Amino acid sequence: MPPREGTYGLLAEFDTPGDLVRAARQARQDGWRRMDCYTPYPVEEAAEAIGFHRNKVPLITLVGGLMGLVAMFLLETWVSVWAYPLNIAGRPTYSWPAFIVPAYEWTILFAGLSAAFGMLALNGLPALYHPLFNAPNFRDGATTDKFFLCLEALDPKFNLIETKKYLESFQPISVVEVEY
Amino acid sequence: MPASDLKHDPKLDPATGEYRVIAPGQTFLSVTEKITRIVLTPLTPLGWFAIFGVGGALATILMVALTWLFLAGVGIWGITQPVAWGFAIINFVWWIGIGHAGTLISAILLLFKQSWRNSINRFAEAMTIFAVVCAGLFPLIHVGRPWLAYWMLPYPSTMNVWPQFRSPLMWDVFAVSTYAIISMVFWYIGMVPDFGTMRDRAESKFAKYAYGLCSLGWRGSTRHWARYETASLLLAGLATPLVLSVHTVISFDFAVAVLPGWHTTIFPPYFVAGAIYSGFAMVLTLAIPLRKFYHLEGLVTERHIDNMGKVMLATGFIVAYGYGMEVFMAWYSASHWEAFMMWNRMFGPMGWAYWVLVTCNLAIPLTTLWSRKLRTSIPFMFFISIVVNIGMWFERFVIVVTSLYRDFLPSSWGTYRATKWDYMTYVGTLGLFTALFLLFVRFLPMIPISEIRTMLSGTRITPKKITEAAD
Repeated sequence: MPPREGTYGLLAEFDTPGDLVRAARQARQDGWRRMDCYTPYPVEEAAEAIGFHRNKVPLITLVGGLMGLVAMFLLETWVSVWAYPLNIAGRPTYSWPAFIVPAYEWTILFAGLSAAFGMLALNGLPALYHPLFNAPNFRDGATTDKFFLCLEALDPKFNLIETKKYLESFQPISVVEVEY
Repeated sequence: MPASDLKHDPKLDPATGEYRVIAPGQTFLSVTEKITRIVLTPLTPLGWFAIFGVGGALATILMVALTWLFLAGVGIWGITQPVAWGFAIINFVWWIGIGHAGTLISAILLLFKQSWRNSINRFAEAMTIFAVVCAGLFPLIHVGRPWLAYWMLPYPSTMNVWPQFRSPLMWDVFAVSTYAIISMVFWYIGMVPDFGTMRDRAESKFAKYAYGLCSLGWRGSTRHWARYETASLLLAGLATPLVLSVHTVISFDFAVAVLPGWHTTIFPPYFVAGAIYSGFAMVLTLAIPLRKFYHLEGLVTERHIDNMGKVMLATGFIVAYGYGMEVFMAWYSASHWEAFMMWNRMFGPMGWAYWVLVTCNLAIPLTTLWSRKLRTSIPFMFFISIVVNIGMWFERFVIVVTSLYRDFLPSSWGTYRATKWDYMTYVGTLGLFTALFLLFVRFLPMIPISEIRTMLSGTRITPKKITEAAD
């Protein structure tokens, strides 16, 4: 990807989650799509306000869990029946009830790892650089006690001067331009 | 306490009459400051060094004991015939049981929306991981040749030998390793947003880099938070059946044997309840000094101590039911061997251990924890936590040793006496646990900052504000 230049977006800072949600909801209603909120803790209302309702983490977890289940059960069956059959107190080589426990554990193992790493992958993390970190007030507040709304330059409605005026109409603490 | 007194206590919530989960007057900034300052300050308290020194010295004893063990073999321990499972298995079960409370707090209480857990969940999870480290050590060194422990894993070896999946000991390998991995992932994922906070508040360049790397570039995007919350809930939902299965599988190690005293179906629920009982005792043992030492009384309040007392009371009664059922079945089974085992357990040469367990697990806690006054008395709860930790260790001692040393044939009876190497290994793991825990307290945020923020009054979004905009 060629290095991007210019403006990433405009970042409005708010003092309370209520102000942020109000602004985000209005922006969404006015047709903004390329935008995101940044909060120091999960604010469900903000996700709804920007129209982010569903995510794929549960599906990834389900697929991962099923893979773990099938992988372990097949491994146990193959080992016990074909690769290394042992006579343990006359039990059948395919003694499936005994195979349930490790298969169960691997279901949880694979599902858990899929949930964790799937979430990180969908979020595009790790990403140690992000243009927002260039904003002077972002790192002071976004992980402590301030609430941010960013309207991104990629949105077709974006215009540096007009959008700045638009954001200021929400009476934020500040509106700053974020560069790449 | 009369009702009029309750009203004027600032620690009580007037609406419910319950102790407040968080002391009043905290803001986003004040909790962030309070928790990050413990870690980011360049000054380490002298007391930290003192306790770390003690923990480190004990961990050194562990190293000595392990070195001699690897050179000389398991013969240096007190294990012999018929007691082939001694301290190693007792300590394994004890440590892993302690770990279970951390998962209970972080996963099960999250699913039940018990938000009071937020203050204690991070260090309870840390306790889980360090307890699992100590627990996992014991089966590894107990196998005699720990450098070959990887033979337990199913891998295509040149010997064409594969593990035997019908053995509960093999199930243990998968249960405990899954438990260790999932606990660590859950713990780390939970810390990622807090690492972001640490990165942004750190002063020194090194701390900024280190926490920045650990935070994976977390920036608090709403889309990220939504997926993060889903993943946390899913991990909690997965950890819940996992934690129940781990101690169940451990109890299978005993229950599938035909030995009187082990061969019972009550073992899985009784082991799980005992694990949670001892685990909450350990959380209290750690939380009470920590809140005092780091002045966290506003975040870990009497409400937490009180609630943990209630959980201990409930699980203590399940454990009591387990003991009662063992005695009942010894009689009801009409098995001569079962009846003798029970008599021998209570009145045999090692009967004292049974009465220590009854005193520490039943007599003292289950009579006193009913009182709210005692449950919120900090010195008393610290005392109870130590008592239950001792009692639960003796429970495992009783299960392992008093079942083994006199089984069927009197000619094969024996006795058990732990050697100094047994004691050194056990005390050493206590030191290892202490040292690891102190490192955690010094370098990682011990209370989940982002979760505490969700409990503050500033998070309230009044519906009016939103509808105004929608009009």
